[in-house]
Parts: sequence; C-alpha cells; structure tokens
Amino acid sequence: MNAAPHSPPPAASVRALLVRGMLAGLAAGVLALITAYLMGERHVDAAIAFEEAHSHEHGGEELVSRTMQATGGLATGVLVYGVALGGIAALAYCVALGRVGRFGPRATAALTGLGGFVAVFLVPFLKYPANPPAVGDPDTIGQRTALFFLMVALSVLLCVAAVILGRRLAPRLGNWYATVAAGAALAVAVGLAFAFLPSGENVPEGFPATLLWQFRLDSLTIECVLWTGYALVFGELAERLLAPRAVTAPAAPAAGSATTPTG
Amino acid sequence: MAQSAAPATSNPALPEVAPISLKAIAPWAVFTGILMLVLLYFVGAEQGATSLISGEAVHEWVHDGRHLLGFPCH
Repeated sequence: MNAAPHSPPPAASVRALLVRGMLAGLAAGVLALITAYLMGERHVDAAIAFEEAHSHEHGGEELVSRTMQATGGLATGVLVYGVALGGIAALAYCVALGRVGRFGPRATAALTGLGGFVAVFLVPFLKYPANPPAVGDPDTIGQRTALFFLMVALSVLLCVAAVILGRRLAPRLGNWYATVAAGAALAVAVGLAFAFLPSGENVPEGFPATLLWQFRLDSLTIECVLWTGYALVFGELAERLLAPRAVTAPAAPAAGSATTPTG
Repeated sequence: MAQSAAPATSNPALPEVAPISLKAIAPWAVFTGILMLVLLYFVGAEQGATSLISGEAVHEWVHDGRHLLGFPCH
C-alpha cells in the first residue's frame, strides 16, 4: 500500500519498536555485564572482605556462592535490568517520536537514551549513590529503599515535565532558549528535591574512601555503558525500521522507476 | 535578538516522522510497562525492604547486580 503524497506516513508499530527496544536492552545489558564483571566485581569482593573483617554477627550459611553471585547472579541482574529498561525506554520512545522536535528516528533514540540515563539513574544517583556491601545499615533498608524509589519516580516525573515545558516554550522562545529554560527549571526542581529529602549516607567507620569512590565510579560507568549501548543499538534498529518509509514517502509520487538503488 | 530558531515547518531536507497516536501506545504501555516494572522490582528490591517470596534466594542471587546497578541492597 503506497502512501499518498498528502496522507501522513503510516505510524510505526508500537510492537515492532518494543521488541527492538528489548533486544537493544539485552545487547546493552551484555556490554554492561562485561563492564561490571571486569571493573566492579573486584571492588564488590574488597567490600565484602571489609564487611567480614568488621562484622559482629557471623555470616551464617551461604545460600549462593560468591562465584555464582559474580557470574550467573550478576548476569541475571544486569540482563533483566537491561531488557526491562529497554522495553520501558522503547515505550517512551514511541511517545517521543515526532513530538520532541524535528529529530529523525536515530536522533530521537539518542535523546531517549540520554533522557533515560539522566532520569532513571543519574539524578537519583546524585542524591542516593550506589553503595557497596558493608555500606548501609541493614536496619534502615526499608527507609532507604523507599527514599530511593521515591527519588527515581520524582526524577522521572520532573524530567518528563521539563520536556513538556520545553515544548510549550519553544514557539515563544525558539528551540534553543526553550531548551535552556526547561533545563534550568529542571535543575532548580531537582536541587529543591535534593535539599528537602533526607540524606542517605551511613558509611561505617574505617571503610576505605577510595574503595567507596571506585565502587560508585564502577556503578556510574556500568550505567553509562548500558544507556549508551542502548541508545546506539536501538537507534540503529529504529532507523532501519522507520527510515525507509521516511525516505521513500516523498519520492513515491515521482516514481516511475521500480528499481531501488542499493548500497 | 540574534536568535535564529528555525520555524517548525521549514526544513524540507528532514522528513517528518509521524508521531504514533497515544491510543495505539496505551495498551502496550499498560501491559508491558507493568511487566517491565515487575521485572525491575525483582532485580532491584525483592527480599530487601519487602518480600513477596520468603527466604533470601532471590536477594542473594541478584546481590552483585543490585549493588552495582545502584539499588539499595541491604
């Protein structure tokens, strides 16, 4: 079915984008897993060694061996996380596509990946950063978990609100100043949230500061790899899915030639 | 005002990408969105602050991933 010149091109299928998003999330998860295994595991081990040297209660029986935690367990966690966020980001992409400005499929994917990284990971991380084993009192896990997920939800809501605000301001201020204004509003809102939410720090005495820093750097790197990999892989898949239509649609009325150039 | 923001409809070089109607997205967003959030819950929080399954097997299995991905673990 050829699109008539004036009818809008057929909308992309949500299902096709969702499947590609989850596949891209899986691929990005593999990259993140390699990063986590090579960079992060030695610091997890070092933190566990500190925990065992300083813990008053005995560890008890081991349900899952350290080897399994560092391989199969780590792989399960990172890959499921990648697939799940890949799916959610693909849904966000479906909404963003054609609505955030004149960006093509690949550029929209890059922006979605950047937005996902900032909203889902970076902003919550700046308030409640990743902690290695031994850091964090087990008695406060309920409060820390609640605050962390509250921060994630708030961050996502504020980032979505900033995008909507930017689109509303664009006709009046132009794209550049609208984006700057929306970014500034987001920074102020996030700053207020940081100021009013309680701090989550409780590092045990004597825990090496360099180890804490390295562990948090690992976490940041893993998430960077995950979201960058996702943006690039999903952008490629989305471009291949959507671009042929976008490219052939204007050419269709002039078509007399059935041949398509290759290469 | 040196600003030269391009009007929204002026660049013919870039083909317009048709937005997907929100009605078409909604059912997918609800069903797969919830499914994905459940997956994230099991990776990020199960047998930490809240437990749907008794014991510590899930927590112990995804322990390293939970720490390295930035979730509060224990």
